Amino acid sequence: MAAGLPLSIGHAIAGALAALILGTLAAVAWVAGGLSGLTEWDLRAVWFTLWQAALSATLSAALAVPVARALARRRFRGRGLLVTLLGAPFILPVIVAVLGLIAIFGRNGALNGALEALGLPAIGIYGWQGVILAHVFFNLPLSVRLILQGWQAIPAERFRLAASLDFAPRDIARHLERPMLRGVLPGVWLAVFLVCLTSFTVALALGGGPRATTVELAIYQAFRFDFDLGRAAALGMVQIAICIGAAALAARVAVPAGFGAGLDAVGGPPAPGGWRRLADAAVITAAAVFLLAPLISVAATGLPRLTGLPPEVWDAALRSIAMAVTSALLSSGAALALALTIARGGARWVEAAGMLPLIASPLVLGTGLFILLRGTVTPQQMALPVTALINAAMALPFALRALIPAARALEQDYGQLAASLDLRGWARLRLLVLPRLARPLGFGAGLAAALAMGDLGVITLFAGDRPTLPLMLYQLMNGYRMADAAACALLLMGLSLGLFWMFDRGGRRDA
Amino acid sequence: MTLEFRDILLRQDDFTLTADLTVPQGRHAVIGASGSGKSTLLALVAGFLAPTKGRLIWDGQDITDMTPGQRPVSILFQHHNLFPHLTVKQNVGMGLRPDLRLDRDQQRRVTQVLDHVGLSGTEDRRPAALSGGQQSRVALARVLLRARPLLLLDEPFAALGPALKSEMLTLLAQVASDTTVLMVTHDPADARAFAPDTLLVEDGAVHAPRPTGPLLDDPPPGLRAYLG
Repeated sequence: MAAGLPLSIGHAIAGALAALILGTLAAVAWVAGGLSGLTEWDLRAVWFTLWQAALSATLSAALAVPVARALARRRFRGRGLLVTLLGAPFILPVIVAVLGLIAIFGRNGALNGALEALGLPAIGIYGWQGVILAHVFFNLPLSVRLILQGWQAIPAERFRLAASLDFAPRDIARHLERPMLRGVLPGVWLAVFLVCLTSFTVALALGGGPRATTVELAIYQAFRFDFDLGRAAALGMVQIAICIGAAALAARVAVPAGFGAGLDAVGGPPAPGGWRRLADAAVITAAAVFLLAPLISVAATGLPRLTGLPPEVWDAALRSIAMAVTSALLSSGAALALALTIARGGARWVEAAGMLPLIASPLVLGTGLFILLRGTVTPQQMALPVTALINAAMALPFALRALIPAARALEQDYGQLAASLDLRGWARLRLLVLPRLARPLGFGAGLAAALAMGDLGVITLFAGDRPTLPLMLYQLMNGYRMADAAACALLLMGLSLGLFWMFDRGGRRDA
Repeated sequence: MTLEFRDILLRQDDFTLTADLTVPQGRHAVIGASGSGKSTLLALVAGFLAPTKGRLIWDGQDITDMTPGQRPVSILFQHHNLFPHLTVKQNVGMGLRPDLRLDRDQQRRVTQVLDHVGLSGTEDRRPAALSGGQQSRVALARVLLRARPLLLLDEPFAALGPALKSEMLTLLAQVASDTTVLMVTHDPADARAFAPDTLLVEDGAVHAPRPTGPLLDDPPPGLRAYLG
């Protein structure tokens, strides 16, 4: 059949993406020249990366079970809103949440105030416990949503049958809920584990030192403080090996997608009364407080200062918006071309190229691009374009996951009709593809924009005198200007959520 | 104007379709058991599938290598004949210009043809706001505007119910009077009512057209088993 315009573009983009990822990885491998440059310190980073990810995943999954069960069997005012909010951490800038957690759990935070009043010793947030806390903060909501989907996937007839057989809650748990959890939990655990393996921002802000440095953070330190490109590259090789190992693991267990799916169940499991009612209420309240208190604290501290923010913060905001929008357009344009090619039965390697970013980490890509580009442009000149490009690449697999099924349906349902009407090229894009794929496109673009907006990763490698908003926030935090930091965080949070909302809403406008 | 299948062979996985025949102008039913190759035959003529060997000739012109949109062909599918996100007017207008940049005269023709099929006043609605019968009329209106000499019907009215279906076939017979039609059907009554001649497809072999009545009165064994 006629190979339309998007077909060739899709192949070109897949090739460029593969060249970008594999080329930078090759540059990293070449400079690393083996792993002999690694020190005992670096091996500690590997060990910390693995065990903190495992512990974060275990805690998130374990704590998510009672919350998901309570949400599955209770109906209350605000439940829908709470479930929607559970999807928000995915687009919440990490550094904003870290600031909020410091406000609650930090030395001068609300929790230590309460502990002191009770005559109990204070707890510290800096160190491994802070890293784990922040990871649970981010991944508990994700886990709750995934497990909640599992609960809602149990057919209502089963629960009716259980009721007619007069099952006690214990019997329901044994015959219906535990089998479901056995199916769902491995995927949930792995999803969190994977996210935590490439953790950088959390470790940068709360970790560090010999006992709380991840491999990503070690790359940054080798690059930025030791100026040891060879060691940074060697650490990059280690990070790639970890990512590939994790991807191989993920290929064996179905890792569920934690967003986008509808969560509007009718019916659901029976709601037992008595102490279980109280327990459910307590669990839901505790989870809501844990997730909302840090953000509310940031908002409350930041709001009065918002108008008094220095002009360089607003400059950084504009820079970040431009970078995020560029990144979103790059990512969704590439995702669209790839998805159309894949939907037309394009070669396997096109789909594989689209998923390649999953085996790379932002810091490794940043190091690789620095190696490739040094000499031609200065690190400061690289900062924004490289950040936009890497964020676009990192968001691509998520955008593709939403787009490919929609593009396949489009091709299957309307491909022949369009061909028979000679609907081709731009007209096909304008009249068929864009309207039919607006929703997943808008969602993917929103996701990419929010991720790029909040990203405090690769930018730290190149940071010069033109910081992005998250970097500005980090600098304010390091300067102990906490009120300004809170205002800056509020602005950043608003912009990230606002950008996501705008793109996502844009995609739904016509539906 | 005739449609010639010159020594056509189409191989698809373990299925093979062969056709070596001439279809004269007029209305033809295409009948055969499920899996015999009826839809493959239509996809071949429409240009969605390319033959492994052989040529397809329309009116003396070789159309084997033409893209679906350039062929002198309109096709109505079983489902998805309209774009659900476009209005009735846009769906029909696509028959004139796929990019929908219609001039004033073309817009008037769209309104006229909608009038003709009894759909005036629905111009700005989306297909979902129409009944099944009305949706079929929109698709027919587009076929009318495109005015291609060859029309392929892949059971487009199968979901409509008997009364509406025969209404559509009557309308079709009116609007497609000089058109050569190939209509896939499972219903012998439709074939008798609409198509003077019938192409029998048996195990991937397309037979030359025969008068519909006698063929159905005295079907060969394979077709007899299928018709029951």
